[in-house]
Amino acid sequence: MGCLTVCCKSTEARHKRWRTTVNEDLSAEFEKWFITCGQASGNKMIEALQYEFMRNALMAGLLASIICGMIGTLVVVNRIVFLSGGIAHAAYGGIGLAFFLGIPYLFGTIGFAFVAAMIMAFVTIRSPQRSDTIIGVIWAVGMAIGIILLDLTPGYHVDLMSYLFGSILAVPRQDLLIMGGVIGGVALVVTGLYNRFLSMSYDAEFARLRGVPVTFLFLLMVAMISISVVILIRVVGLILVIALLTIPPFIAEKYAKSLYHMMVIASILSAIFTIGGLWLSFTFNLTSGATIILLAGSVFFFSLIVDRVLKKG
Amino acid sequence: MLPAIEIEGLTYSFHGVTVLEDVNLSIRKGEFVALIGPNGGGKTTLLKLILGLWRPDTGTVRIFGKSPRQMSHRIGYVPQDIHINRHFPVSALDVVLMGKMGPGQKKFWHSAEDRLIAHQALGRMGMGDYCNRRIGELSGGQRQRVLIARALVTEPDILLLDEPTSNIDSQGQGDFYELLKELNETVTILLVSHDVMILSSYVKSVACVNRKIHYHDEPEVTGDMMNMFHCPVEIVAHGVPHRVLQKH
Repeated sequence: MGCLTVCCKSTEARHKRWRTTVNEDLSAEFEKWFITCGQASGNKMIEALQYEFMRNALMAGLLASIICGMIGTLVVVNRIVFLSGGIAHAAYGGIGLAFFLGIPYLFGTIGFAFVAAMIMAFVTIRSPQRSDTIIGVIWAVGMAIGIILLDLTPGYHVDLMSYLFGSILAVPRQDLLIMGGVIGGVALVVTGLYNRFLSMSYDAEFARLRGVPVTFLFLLMVAMISISVVILIRVVGLILVIALLTIPPFIAEKYAKSLYHMMVIASILSAIFTIGGLWLSFTFNLTSGATIILLAGSVFFFSLIVDRVLKKG
Repeated sequence: MLPAIEIEGLTYSFHGVTVLEDVNLSIRKGEFVALIGPNGGGKTTLLKLILGLWRPDTGTVRIFGKSPRQMSHRIGYVPQDIHINRHFPVSALDVVLMGKMGPGQKKFWHSAEDRLIAHQALGRMGMGDYCNRRIGELSGGQRQRVLIARALVTEPDILLLDEPTSNIDSQGQGDFYELLKELNETVTILLVSHDVMILSSYVKSVACVNRKIHYHDEPEVTGDMMNMFHCPVEIVAHGVPHRVLQKH
């Protein structure tokens, strides 16, 4: 019972925020949960509903962990964390565009993020020395475009907070299916081109000499990042996406024997952080995304300290 | 017969600074050339132009009469170790297997035969026991040997090495030069080095690069090189046997 009250309380807090959020289906579904929860606490039906609501959140966390394990590993070993951050932020422009033009959210956001990502990727290839500046500009301009376009759109508005921290507690089943699809696609590409991605990531010049299509692979990788990031932002939020793309792979890199191994370890770590963070956020009634990040961040700093001590000893 | 490497009137600049100017060089098949010169003189740049990784502003590079991009799969390349991420999670064997990637390779995974070849190449470099070690756990010299093994499995006609012995101790260097000498029976070798030992006993000719190039078909450093190119500065500074220097 105690747990149930806490659930209701935390959903109530989020409910206000969620009213103004991206997806109408989501809102409706969440409202249903909220109302049932409030009306008849203690009912077995509600417990079942609660279970599904939690199950969706857990499932979303696990799926996000697998995507982040695979994509984040490529991001970390290729040292394009900044570029990925740029894509994630610039994608906000796509949200604004989608609402302004009244086109479906996913089309608008993925399209916009994809174009922004390709520009950043080409700049990175053509002039690596300048790329961080250009990425910074696109990063900022993308977000500004999003905000202005939303200003110009009458009525319905996206709350910036839900974009930053997501709403893992209100993930509709449809989004789980899309995430499953993304996992399948990414896994297929990464497995099929594993040796080539490994070769490019380790030593791009040598790979090029061996006839590996380095430029194509780089663009393909950035395309996968942009699609994954857009799907994940909706579920877990921009900040959590960046955290899950970087923290688990960074820890995994130190213990992994191969790139594949690193992807598996990073996925498992992400899952532990996500589930542990969700549990903590429910127990202490905290915002779930931020709790997951703080848990991951604590382990990250702890692992740094352990490394220091081990190296000295 | 076509020269292994032929460079004509090559000029290359980077961010408006001329790195190489009017370079002409012709290296016969079977040569063993040492590329010497001061830091920033353009040695590594020259290697990358020969490999076709960069394109010259003017002039041409021909590998057995063809463009570098067409021929890059026949050149084995050993880059400087410092440019490669040491924390990368990859085993020594997997690094060597990268040399087995080839143009038009359709396979998703490396064949057992490729693995055997990679094993043997590591064995040849005295690294047979380190196949499954992570690259970051190896010493600088051991990593260098892995990179050389990676270049060898490509079965190259030309081998380009960028300061391959900078991390290897002197005993290791001697062994390594003996290996190069043996390879040189079938492979043309071009090697960037600051090391005098190799000049004195192993190479067949010396090229000095300092914006321009001075190629000398004997394993000695000429007065021209000393005066115009400031090449043997280190040699003199280290007080090394004079047999590498031409008699005046």
